[in-house]
Amino acid sequence: MKKIIKYVMTDILRNRIVLVYTVFLLITSFSVFSLEDNNSKGLLSLLNVILIVVPLVSIIFSTIYVYNSAEFIELLVSQPLKRKSIWLSLFTGLASSLSFAFFIGAGIPVLLYQPNSVGCMMIGIGILLSVIFVAIAMLAAVQTRDKAKGIGIAILLWLYFSLLFDGLVLFLLFQFADYPLEKPMIAISALNPIDLGRILILLQLDVSAMMGYTGAIFKDFFGTYIGGIFSFTVLLIWIGIPVFFSTRKFNRKDL
Amino acid sequence: MIIASNVSKQFGKLKALDNVSVACKKGECIALIGPNGSGKTTLIKSILGMVVPDSGFITFNEKNILHDWKYREQIGYMPQIGRYPDNMTIGHVLDMMKDIRSNSLQTDEDLIKAFKLNELMHKRMRTLSGGTTQKVSAALAFLFDPAVLILDEPTAGLDPVASEIFKEKIITEKQKGKLVLITSHVLSDLDDLITQVIYMQDGKLCFHKTIEALRKDTGEEKLSKAIANVMTKN
Repeated sequence: MKKIIKYVMTDILRNRIVLVYTVFLLITSFSVFSLEDNNSKGLLSLLNVILIVVPLVSIIFSTIYVYNSAEFIELLVSQPLKRKSIWLSLFTGLASSLSFAFFIGAGIPVLLYQPNSVGCMMIGIGILLSVIFVAIAMLAAVQTRDKAKGIGIAILLWLYFSLLFDGLVLFLLFQFADYPLEKPMIAISALNPIDLGRILILLQLDVSAMMGYTGAIFKDFFGTYIGGIFSFTVLLIWIGIPVFFSTRKFNRKDL
Repeated sequence: MIIASNVSKQFGKLKALDNVSVACKKGECIALIGPNGSGKTTLIKSILGMVVPDSGFITFNEKNILHDWKYREQIGYMPQIGRYPDNMTIGHVLDMMKDIRSNSLQTDEDLIKAFKLNELMHKRMRTLSGGTTQKVSAALAFLFDPAVLILDEPTAGLDPVASEIFKEKIITEKQKGKLVLITSHVLSDLDDLITQVIYMQDGKLCFHKTIEALRKDTGEEKLSKAIANVMTKN
């Protein structure tokens, strides 16, 4: 398994898109931190960029990569290798190279300008989001043989998590404005890893004071030790479930 | 060595394999013949575990191959259309394969030498011609000295010289007591290689005979004429 991970990683790290992604993150992070006089404000701007760009790049790049390595996968499947280890190696290779790219591109500037708990939290969330969206991308890619359809599904999933989900939540909030929705909101936020990441970081910053009553409830829950454990468990589940289902599907797939 | 029992596989509405049962023994050289789309490649892919049959089972050395992967150490497979990662060079692909199958002690590099692949080691896979890719596939199939060779349309795209080298290699391997499974439409290539013929049509296995029995039944000496005889009768 280690050998396949090695081949996948060297292949990805040589890829130009990953390089461009890293450089893009580096430029954005440094420019955001130099534009704002207050580093905490810089972190907030960077957060918004990261929450859009990291899932997008992770999901699209991974989907395309899986489709483009169809030949490689076919070659490996005819060799004495377990299908499960082929698929998991592919996942590990993709997840670790994209996390590495994120760490170099955004992690290092954050550590330079904000070497505190908020900064570390942000790096952790960024890496977790990279891994989660690689897992979701692989689930999308294993479902269909058609490349165009697979990439379409990946883009739709990204749209859903980044934009549509928030719209749906707002819609729900307005429809049920008469009911106390603050507590169910905690459960709903667990349904979207991007939102969960955003809440976790915002609560660490001073701006959380501006989030009103829901913000206070969030702070009450996510600010605590148990809340922290809960949210990280939820993020790990967001990795585990797609990986589990895509591996199961890949095990039975005809190549 | 390989026994398939009542294997069926359906792709959508198309029945690719319909209740196919075959038994292949050591030392045999079997030609898998049939019109396009008769299920030859699907049968081969089922043996390799790349396609999972809907019903029926396949055993390799009396062990069911479902959920097994170790048995593939004993198979050398040459695909119909070899597709390799574009960015890798021939050298990389060969090294990677040796790396993955590191438990094979000795490698058989006869074909690499015979096809003069050594001079092309630094070439990237996407720049290769169809014939050269076939040569790489062939070299890979024989590289680990496997007990079973599965060759899907091996001579298509090879030039006459390479084709001759390749046939010589198959004959030497056959004499070592290996099981060889070949599909081909170039029947004249198969004449001096094979001992048995499996004929498939529309996913069904029509017959599995020794070449002598086939010659006797049809009264034709050449395989191509014998098969033509069978096809027109059907």
